[in-house]
Amino acid sequence: MKYSERVTEPTTLGSAKSISRVASAAGEQADAADKTLFGFWVYLMTDCILFASLFATFAVLRNNTFGGPDARELFSLSFVLAETLILLTSSFTAGLAILAARRNDKKQVLAWFGVTFLLGLSFLGLELKEFAHLASEGNSWRRSGFLSAFFTLVGTHGTHITAGLLWMGVMMAKIYRRGLVFSSVKRLTMLAMFWHFLDIVWIFIFTIVYLMGVARI
Amino acid sequence: MLGRLTLDAIQHGWIATFGQITMLLGGITVVGLLTYFRRWKWLYRNWLTSLDPKKIGVMYIIVAFLMLFRGAMDAVMIRVQQATSVGDSNGILTSDQFQQVFSAHGTIMIFFVAMGLMFGLINWIVPLQIGARDVAFPFLNSVSFWLFAAGAVLLNVSLAVGEFAAAGWLAYPPLSELKYSPGVGVDYWIWALQIAGIGSLLAGINFVVTILRMRRSGMTLMKMPMFTWSVLGSMALVIFAFPILTATLGMLSLDRLLGMHFFTSDSGGNALMYINLIWAWGHPEVYILILPAFGIFSEVVATFSRKRLFGYTSMVLAIGAIVFLSFIVWSHHFFTMGAGADVNAFFGIMTMVIAIPTGVKVFNWLFTMYKGRIVFASPMLWFLGFIVTFTIGGMAGVLMSVPPADFQVHNSLFLVAHFHSMVIGGVLFGFFAGLTYWFPKIFGFKLNERLGKYAFGCWLVGFLLAFVPLYILGLMGATRRLDHYDASLGWQGLFIVAGIGVAIIMAGVGFQVLQVVFSVWKRKENMDTTGDPWNGRTLEWATSSPPPVYNFATTPAVNDRDEFWAIKQGKALLVEKPLYTAIHMPKNSPFGMLLGGFSLTVGFALVWHIWWLAMLGFIGIIVSFIVRVSDEDTEVTMSAAQVAEIEAERAKI
Repeated sequence: MKYSERVTEPTTLGSAKSISRVASAAGEQADAADKTLFGFWVYLMTDCILFASLFATFAVLRNNTFGGPDARELFSLSFVLAETLILLTSSFTAGLAILAARRNDKKQVLAWFGVTFLLGLSFLGLELKEFAHLASEGNSWRRSGFLSAFFTLVGTHGTHITAGLLWMGVMMAKIYRRGLVFSSVKRLTMLAMFWHFLDIVWIFIFTIVYLMGVARI
Repeated sequence: MLGRLTLDAIQHGWIATFGQITMLLGGITVVGLLTYFRRWKWLYRNWLTSLDPKKIGVMYIIVAFLMLFRGAMDAVMIRVQQATSVGDSNGILTSDQFQQVFSAHGTIMIFFVAMGLMFGLINWIVPLQIGARDVAFPFLNSVSFWLFAAGAVLLNVSLAVGEFAAAGWLAYPPLSELKYSPGVGVDYWIWALQIAGIGSLLAGINFVVTILRMRRSGMTLMKMPMFTWSVLGSMALVIFAFPILTATLGMLSLDRLLGMHFFTSDSGGNALMYINLIWAWGHPEVYILILPAFGIFSEVVATFSRKRLFGYTSMVLAIGAIVFLSFIVWSHHFFTMGAGADVNAFFGIMTMVIAIPTGVKVFNWLFTMYKGRIVFASPMLWFLGFIVTFTIGGMAGVLMSVPPADFQVHNSLFLVAHFHSMVIGGVLFGFFAGLTYWFPKIFGFKLNERLGKYAFGCWLVGFLLAFVPLYILGLMGATRRLDHYDASLGWQGLFIVAGIGVAIIMAGVGFQVLQVVFSVWKRKENMDTTGDPWNGRTLEWATSSPPPVYNFATTPAVNDRDEFWAIKQGKALLVEKPLYTAIHMPKNSPFGMLLGGFSLTVGFALVWHIWWLAMLGFIGIIVSFIVRVSDEDTEVTMSAAQVAEIEAERAKI
């Protein structure tokens, strides 16, 4: 929706007061150009509340193991640390990709997003491996309230990562074919915001689910 | 292949069969009329694929009224059952049917009638009031509507195929868990709300950005019309509250689909967590609905008192206070569930506190009327009725905010009467006032005033007759959701009075239908040629009725809070010879409808455990989304000359 920005104010307005308003409107036009980015921020905040609800539920249910294993018996911190480092690195490479996009360097954008994609994919693979391992030992989401909350919270993050990877794949294919046009740079910025957001959510999962769980705080 | 779906699913008792036949006949009639008048292309081009918020608003309101019809039928059945099911008589419904009926009634009225009317009015008016040409994200707006419509369709499908939830409108676990509700009813409830709820969430994001980023230059926040302010408050609540609903419904569905233990009564589930979460969404939800109604009344009372709104700043502050406080009162919905005295005291006091900003608003409206030249048009009548019913309901609410008093009336008909006072006497009266007030702006002619006043009279009298007995019955100990009671209790007389009240309300609905039909028929006599039929104050009246697709040909800066009033008083300049520039408008898109259709498919498939169909629908959602965002050519440009031509054409009329 760019028409509102492109509309120039009629000059028949008259008073000096409104002329100064026309001048300030120019500032607002630049502002309105990133309406989409602002909207995306608002969306991220709603997603944040979705995760907050899942965190709250996890906090309530984390001790409801119903005779089953608790976090200390289930989780390996070194494994989770590896996952965490991979995801943090992918956030860094996503940042490098955005810097390249600002320089209008198509090759580097594709390269860094390629690295980000692979890191994201390996994170997802590790997460699925952990899930499969838990389920194979009889500790699936059906086992207890604690494990339902665990699988749902971590799994929702994983679903978001999957959506991010899909988005990244589509964007890379588009940039490969058509180059870096203005609209794709704007979308890359949103994609990077999304990716960093998932990184932050993961930090909370790492702390609250794994660290505090294993330490039994 | 078809999961749980078998032929048994479409065989029911006479009530559901009546519903099936009604829907079938309605569908056949609509299809027949469209084919006979060759209007399919027109429907597709001008409506279904339209991204014009005025048209999307009309579609929201049509869906909402269809749902109102369904919900009102449920209300009538509840009243008939309770008036007749005494002693040896068992009334017209079985217990199970009765449970489905009251669950459907609550769900439909809140999610599909109140929310639908609200989003319809917001779509109509907010862009016009802020002097904008469109919303921030027109395509997203279409997606929101179609998700809402998909939820409504899914809910109605439950009447024909399968059954609806019998666990109340908020489906408290463990009753709503698989163990106690093994049928498909709760699943229908979950997916109808999940789909419609995501639509509401997206609409919330859209309108927050629209209001914050698309206002006409010069319209600072404190110069925004009060309806826009109230919508901003309401939409802020939407983006804070609806993600909680999404998460909560998601967890309940995981319990039912994958055998998780969030809210089950065994394996470490915690049902009270659900009740906390659902009300952490649910209490803000009632303010989501009432705030826009407050905004409508603020516009109506200022217009028909011919005065500037009294206490604008305090109105804004009151909205802010309500937005904040509405998140820390949720626990008052379950004082009796054992949270302890300290928690109950906190939430009780906060509930009393939230009555203060609401009281501020009531006094501001009264002071706006004071020494005004009041015009008793029908929107103003709805306002006057509202002041009475809403204040009664509000007092009852404050009474129940005292936890010891609440223990006496918890789950009683007193509570039912209270929230109907707020939702009918507050929200619905507000939306009816708004519909009457803004109808000429969107359609170009006024609704018949006489029939509107009859409708109001029936609604007000019917409402009081239907719900004052419920207050009394509640104090006498009648609990809610009662499908049978003993004759010796002596309640039947009051229940019959309540039944008469509902009959009078239905007469009011009849007058409203008549009003619309008659007004369309006689529209030539009620044309609004000025664009300002009520002598209005804000920008939506500064363009013609109906407005052109781009709302305003030129967008001069705003100087005054009541900008259009200031223009009329000669305090602001009207552009005499406007200088037209090119206008960019979004192209129509079928993808909103497609996304709604695929979501409906996914919802239906998940209800019946048809996994391949769910997968297919899900892939459909992703593919159509990718196709849509890959389309770079989504706008049409009208050159300045074209705009001038359209404006000249319109000036002739």
